[in-house]
Amino acid sequence: MSGKSPDNKDPNTTGHIWDGIEEFDNPLPRWWLWVLYLTIIWGIGYTIWMPAWPLLNGTTTAGIGGYSSRADVAADIKHFVDANAAVDSKLTAVELEEIAGDPDLSNYALNGGAAVFRTWCAQCHGKGAGGFTGYPNLIDNDWLWGGTLEDIHTTVSHGIREPADDDTRLNDMPKFGEDLEAEEIDQVVQYLLSISGQEADAGLAETGAEVYADNCESCHDEGGIGNRDLGAPNLTDAIWLFGGDAASIRTTIVHGRAGVMPAWAGRLSESQIRQVSFWVHQQGGGE
Amino acid sequence: MSILSKHKILETNATLLLIASLLVVTVGGIVELVPLFFMESTIEKVKGVRPYTPLEMAGRNIYIREGCYTCHSQMIRPLRDEVERYGNYSLAAESMYDHPFQWGSKRTGPDLARVGGRYSDEWHVNHMTDPRSVVPVSIMPAYAFLSDTVLDGAMSGAVLKTNAMVGVPYSPEMIEAATADFKAQADPDADTDGLMERYGENVNVRNFDGRPELTEMDALVAYLQVLGTMVDFSTFEPAASR
Repeated sequence: MSGKSPDNKDPNTTGHIWDGIEEFDNPLPRWWLWVLYLTIIWGIGYTIWMPAWPLLNGTTTAGIGGYSSRADVAADIKHFVDANAAVDSKLTAVELEEIAGDPDLSNYALNGGAAVFRTWCAQCHGKGAGGFTGYPNLIDNDWLWGGTLEDIHTTVSHGIREPADDDTRLNDMPKFGEDLEAEEIDQVVQYLLSISGQEADAGLAETGAEVYADNCESCHDEGGIGNRDLGAPNLTDAIWLFGGDAASIRTTIVHGRAGVMPAWAGRLSESQIRQVSFWVHQQGGGE
Repeated sequence: MSILSKHKILETNATLLLIASLLVVTVGGIVELVPLFFMESTIEKVKGVRPYTPLEMAGRNIYIREGCYTCHSQMIRPLRDEVERYGNYSLAAESMYDHPFQWGSKRTGPDLARVGGRYSDEWHVNHMTDPRSVVPVSIMPAYAFLSDTVLDGAMSGAVLKTNAMVGVPYSPEMIEAATADFKAQADPDADTDGLMERYGENVNVRNFDGRPELTEMDALVAYLQVLGTMVDFSTFEPAASR
């Protein structure tokens, strides 16, 4: 057994004895104690420096340090807005056609537009703007509503069938399943296969041409070449937004199609819209 | 030192120590809790935030049921990169009718606080049915089965009533008309005057999934399409000390 006997008492004990065990009463280390006092003082100071104490009017004390995460982010954004202010205002002031001729503007619009596209457009049109079934490919020469910079700018700004935008691009591919007989639909499907260079039943296609003339021609134009004023796609080429095989064409005719593209005018700045329109226009399909 | 030496009384008396500890904790608790009694005023007043419609609420419950919050946050932080990617930073008021809120803490997928209006309804249906059909690198599971479960909104009144109990301002008329509003919002041909009167003119009324039946897919898309769209940030003036 080690330890001290009761008659050789260490002077620094509390005098408590439990089951023969004595309690020392050594002072806390000075350095430790001072660190404790300093953190208390620092803590009080911090709540004065930073927004901390809740007030009854719903806010907190503002803090004499002036910290505000909202002000920080606003300043951070302003820094970049200011840095780009000159080129942004120039980009929104010029005519759309002039962007390509100005190296500063076109360089800025291409890089900025690529970033805008990746953030806001790629989810539907694909990372490389190649599109998916139901979401148009933007790098080919086939355009529903026109492929000039002006057309693209209008589409990006106002969207397609966007319920909240009064200037949105609007057309209506009806559900012909409600108006046409089943055999008429068979016929017009064969007709569409024939004009798009696919294998088709010649007999059905012939009568299908009449069904087409009565029901489809007013939008898709004579022979199915489409009409951009109405956003009616060209039906004679091999590019199909919703699939060009007999089953897909039938689905389109029976149920109609009404793809929606959001309007970006409220969400993106005019400069951003011009950037991304220019970027899309430069991807190979621009007219 | 006389008070400090009396401390020994506490230390050597377990019951007294317990009571004294309780008192100290109570003081601390009151200091932390009292501001919350003024909840109405601790949330910044923001125009436009309304309770969810019955259909959106059903979608929200599906969102919670499927555990969407484990991969998607609904909280845009006040940082430049987040604001530029997702939109204005989230405000407390925007989730004040969420019980529980869906801020989340993990982003395996993107933040959804402002996903409303960002994509078309059709995109959401395609994406939910087969995520890889529109985002080839996505690791999100498919939720095609949502289209299989037809909803009749019979429970909507009860759901609204429960939320009213925890403080969402659903009026008795809203609870009364819950099932009718539930159906009306997904039917473009329905009479939506009552729905608009109760929840505002900006309520999206559409056949969200494009199919004749009203399914869980309609409800979830309706919910996603309203997220983050209630506040008009063109007129919002941020208070600095928030």
